[in-house]
Amino acid sequence: MSLSLPLDAQPADPALDGIIKLAVMAVGGQGGGVLTNWIEGLARSEGYHCQATSVAGVAQRTGATIYYIEMAPGTVAAPVFSLAPSAGDVDIIIAAEMMEAGRAIMRGFVTPDRTTLIASSHRMLAVSEKTVPGDGMASSEEVKAAAELAAHKLVLADMDAAALRVGSVISASLFGALAGSEALPFPREAFEEAIRAGGKGVEASLRAFAAGYELAKNGEPEKAAPLRPAKAEIVAPSGPKGSRDAYSSLEARIASLPEPCREMARAGLQKVVDFQDCAYGGDYLDRLEALAAKDSVDRHFKLTREAAKYIANAMAYDDVIRVADLKTRPQRFRRIEAEMKLADGNLLQLTDYLHPRAEEIIGLLPATLGVKLDADPVWRARIDRWFNRGRRIRSDSLRGFLMLYVLGGLRGWRLKTLRHRMEQAHLDDWLKMVSGYLPDRYGMAVEILKCRRLIKGYSDTHARGLTKFDKVLAGARLVEGRDDGPDWVARLREAALKDEKGADLDGALKTVESFAGAG
Amino acid sequence: MAERSFKAEVEHLRKGTGDTFTGEGILAITKALLENGVGYVGGYQGAPISHLMDVLADAEDLMGELGIRFEANASEAAAAAMLAASVHYPIRGAVTFKGSVGVNVASDALANLASSGVNGGALVIVGEDYGEGSSIMQERSYAFAMKSQFWLLDPRPNLTSIVKSVGDGFALSEASNTPVMLMVRIRSCHVTGSFETSDNVPPPLSVRDALSSPMRDFKRVVLPPMSYAHEHDKIDNRWPAAETFILENQLNERFGPDEGKVGIVCLGGIYNSVIRALQRLGLADISGNTSVPLYVLNVTYPLVKSDLLDFCDGKEAVLMVEEGQPEFIEQQLGAMLYKEGRSTRLEGKGTFPRAGEYTGQIMLDGIDAFIRQHAPDLLPGKVLAPNAPKPELPDLSQTVPIRPPGFCTGCPERPIFASLKMVEQDLGQHQITGDIGCHLFACLPPFEIGGSTMGYGLGPASNAAFDGGGEKRAISILGDGGFWHNGLSSSIGNMVFNKSDSVAIIVDNYYSAATGGQDIPSSRAKNKSKSTNNPITKALEGAGVKWIRQIDRTYDVTKMRATIREALTTDYDGPKVIVASSECMLNRQRREKPLRNKAISGGERVEVPRFGVDQDVCTGDHACIRLSGCPSLSLKKLDDPLRDDPVAHIDQSCVGCGNCGEVADAAILCPSFFEAKVVHNPGGLESWLAGFRTKLISWLQTRRAGRRLTFNAEGV
Repeated sequence: MSLSLPLDAQPADPALDGIIKLAVMAVGGQGGGVLTNWIEGLARSEGYHCQATSVAGVAQRTGATIYYIEMAPGTVAAPVFSLAPSAGDVDIIIAAEMMEAGRAIMRGFVTPDRTTLIASSHRMLAVSEKTVPGDGMASSEEVKAAAELAAHKLVLADMDAAALRVGSVISASLFGALAGSEALPFPREAFEEAIRAGGKGVEASLRAFAAGYELAKNGEPEKAAPLRPAKAEIVAPSGPKGSRDAYSSLEARIASLPEPCREMARAGLQKVVDFQDCAYGGDYLDRLEALAAKDSVDRHFKLTREAAKYIANAMAYDDVIRVADLKTRPQRFRRIEAEMKLADGNLLQLTDYLHPRAEEIIGLLPATLGVKLDADPVWRARIDRWFNRGRRIRSDSLRGFLMLYVLGGLRGWRLKTLRHRMEQAHLDDWLKMVSGYLPDRYGMAVEILKCRRLIKGYSDTHARGLTKFDKVLAGARLVEGRDDGPDWVARLREAALKDEKGADLDGALKTVESFAGAG
Repeated sequence: MAERSFKAEVEHLRKGTGDTFTGEGILAITKALLENGVGYVGGYQGAPISHLMDVLADAEDLMGELGIRFEANASEAAAAAMLAASVHYPIRGAVTFKGSVGVNVASDALANLASSGVNGGALVIVGEDYGEGSSIMQERSYAFAMKSQFWLLDPRPNLTSIVKSVGDGFALSEASNTPVMLMVRIRSCHVTGSFETSDNVPPPLSVRDALSSPMRDFKRVVLPPMSYAHEHDKIDNRWPAAETFILENQLNERFGPDEGKVGIVCLGGIYNSVIRALQRLGLADISGNTSVPLYVLNVTYPLVKSDLLDFCDGKEAVLMVEEGQPEFIEQQLGAMLYKEGRSTRLEGKGTFPRAGEYTGQIMLDGIDAFIRQHAPDLLPGKVLAPNAPKPELPDLSQTVPIRPPGFCTGCPERPIFASLKMVEQDLGQHQITGDIGCHLFACLPPFEIGGSTMGYGLGPASNAAFDGGGEKRAISILGDGGFWHNGLSSSIGNMVFNKSDSVAIIVDNYYSAATGGQDIPSSRAKNKSKSTNNPITKALEGAGVKWIRQIDRTYDVTKMRATIREALTTDYDGPKVIVASSECMLNRQRREKPLRNKAISGGERVEVPRFGVDQDVCTGDHACIRLSGCPSLSLKKLDDPLRDDPVAHIDQSCVGCGNCGEVADAAILCPSFFEAKVVHNPGGLESWLAGFRTKLISWLQTRRAGRRLTFNAEGV
């Protein structure tokens, strides 16, 4: 039987403070194993005891994964290390992605009393973020705010970009950041020696190491403020003089719009003129000015701003002509060459994946003929047979380019087409609904404008967008008389953007019907 | 062919007496086998011991020199059955597979092996895939040791202890004529460390030589009445022999003071976590010297009653630290104490949660609670009254998305499931079962295909209730690994025999891809010691399947979709099997990328494909992602005030498999996708022609630009 001992008879072993506990939180495939090997090699070469573990297996297939390392000075006799990190008991966390940093904080591995958090601020989106029809991206800002509170010391920078810039991968820049953070009691040279001992891609890794080291020491340089608005004001479009003059007079009309809307109106005007021509741009401004006339300063010109955005999007719809036009522009070729890092002497072969359906072909026909053929099942089937198949077009070849070039040149024809007539009718109905709410139900008008966001995509996706748009507008009519009507329209719209099939929207509509339908 | 090559590390396996080995747990185990005169080894891949199979395969030459036979067994059952060689012959044998599913598959052979008993040491190295990182149901192999009565080792997770336990296991097996299972947890397989090596020992009797003088003894055969005798032999002779061996060789360890009013009993495998908790409570030093008596079960079955009761003697309370459920050891220990009329209080489950992994925090909380209740005077003041409250941190649980594993970039299975999803969009939802393998990721978003997985090779078998057909046909998925493991007989044979009116899709990615690329009979690679290139379709024909469709490029989504559609709608009412073949992209890239880079720097003409999205054409609906989920197909926010939603974007990790373009075409999504092939080192004529084309195209573009307004920003 042991005797009763005084409370402080068991002071913690001071050597325990010598154990360094380090976890790497990564996404499978990011090279967490390589990083772990370097750290382990480093610790051993510096005379430390070191133990590393990982959970290999399916986790390496793009899932969240974790590597764990413990080390202690070689003077300690046979230390016993743990094989897994514990909440509140980690000295260094290396997170190879922003949300993995968030996961480390969530799991309690980052604590203000001791943890150095070295994290890359870049994002690798999870599937759940990407599949949302709207914007489902998680907030890096929230994680950053939490990291600032949770970490004893925080090193946060885009380590992925830093590595890519010098032709390497993130494991090397993170290793550099670990060195730069000075969380380990080893000199920079020892880190670099560990990379050399690894023997693979040494030079590129050392470059990324240096970049990461630099980021940990001095942080990321402040990003220059975007130049875009200023530039857009100064740089006039190039082109034939007649068009340039016509455009200047359109620009003059923008100057008479309320100041808070001008930037958006200018972007909108450029979009529709680019889509068609200056006359079409004039139509755009006509529509916009009609709404602006009913707007006021005490509403902060919200209506005009939204109208500038969504009328432009509605007028510059996605038809075959626009797609072909965009695909044959020199800017596109230049962008792709840059994206593919085309070096001197390399060639680029470009294959576009197109799949026109009967609807697209009929939409290109003159309105009256188009309506007729569209109503005739024999003709529809015939056109479908002729055109409806997947086409791989080599747009870098003369044949392929010419085909798209000719299609893209049909802009003069566009205003006569069936598709244009349909788009105009839809646009007019929508704007009529918006105007109907003015001046008394200003909030409703703004929200109905914003619903245009629901219409996007091509073929079935486009049709689904239209259906959602119609449903939300039908829901809007149910609540148009209520004070919280605009809020409900916003809620319906958000729901419609959440999932593909519209289950969330249908649920929200049911709620609306339950209180508004009866009344 | 394996995903990871151990060729370099395997050279360390030649180290001898006086050397130190530094490396991973699985390599240490292999070295220990060689040092202990093993005569034959085998196994079946699966996390966490897949890499052990890879090490064994890479060490085949070395083993050949020593006269050791290596067999890549067809399944865990086949591996366990191989240990039959040790029943009659005095040859040490070791096989490895994953627990608990591998043990389930092998249970028939293990039960018979245990009943027969062994003459040579028989070791089953089982990777217990439990807790974080586990890909299977949470169960324990322990139950099998109890029911079949083979012994279970669970050594402390450091290389020296693991290596020692291999030798102990063989010796224990021989001393008690009983097969022994050596359990290593997922982290111990990959834990790194060092141990002192000794010379490799060739087997005293090799399996080749044994064939020259066959041995048999009908008393070993599991048939009545011998099987009745086996049961008595287990209890009357083998068990006591095992207990004696364990005691005499001190396989279980005690740490800390001899006396104390409390004590802790733990399994060897979780010793380090127990010590960490004690360290954090101020009850152990950095080297594990503890002030609480500790009994470490390196042998978790059988329990040596006399020794355990001796440990409990004089203690007011004992804590049993046993992860997982049921709490087999705690129950046995409780019965021992009760039957002996002891007053020692037994704590375990209750102090610890009944289910789930014992993470660091749970271990700390559990031991802390035990000590506080039964021996608070042991705790230092700092722990008793912590001075600083824990800081409040913002809740990120609504922010951070879950990130389960999924298909790799360019995975050939993605187009199969994209096609299946499209067919379901046309024909409605179907009854679908999955199988084991990467293809099970199809259960997750964005595909959400398949609702059950019953076991390896059992995908089609688990749809058997629906074999009679109906308005819609049932669909099942089977991997090539599962097909050869068990699927050919249990699933395909079952379909043929029962005239199943359903559809099976066999995902053939050229080898056992999910476990790391080990060869199987249908592998396309040439393997000098194994027979490969045996087509699955031939096996299907042989088994009696009449409706077979072979697809040689799964990325052809249009064809894939048409074939699945045909299988679901054809008049033929027998089993319909589609073999969808394309190589695992992860391994393919590993192999081809270095070769390609070499060819480029060597001046050869090389085409490197990659896909892209025209950001002005993309409308930001992400329908393409809902039919893909490719890691390289992501989102990008445009610097355009008119755009609300991010557009699709393909990053530089794209391998150019073409799935996104094919899907966009087949599902008629949108015209945004393009393939950009960069031609390195093009030929002279080719360059000249391209230059000519570029000139003409530029002329046309300039011509058009001259007739319209061009804004500075692209595609406004």
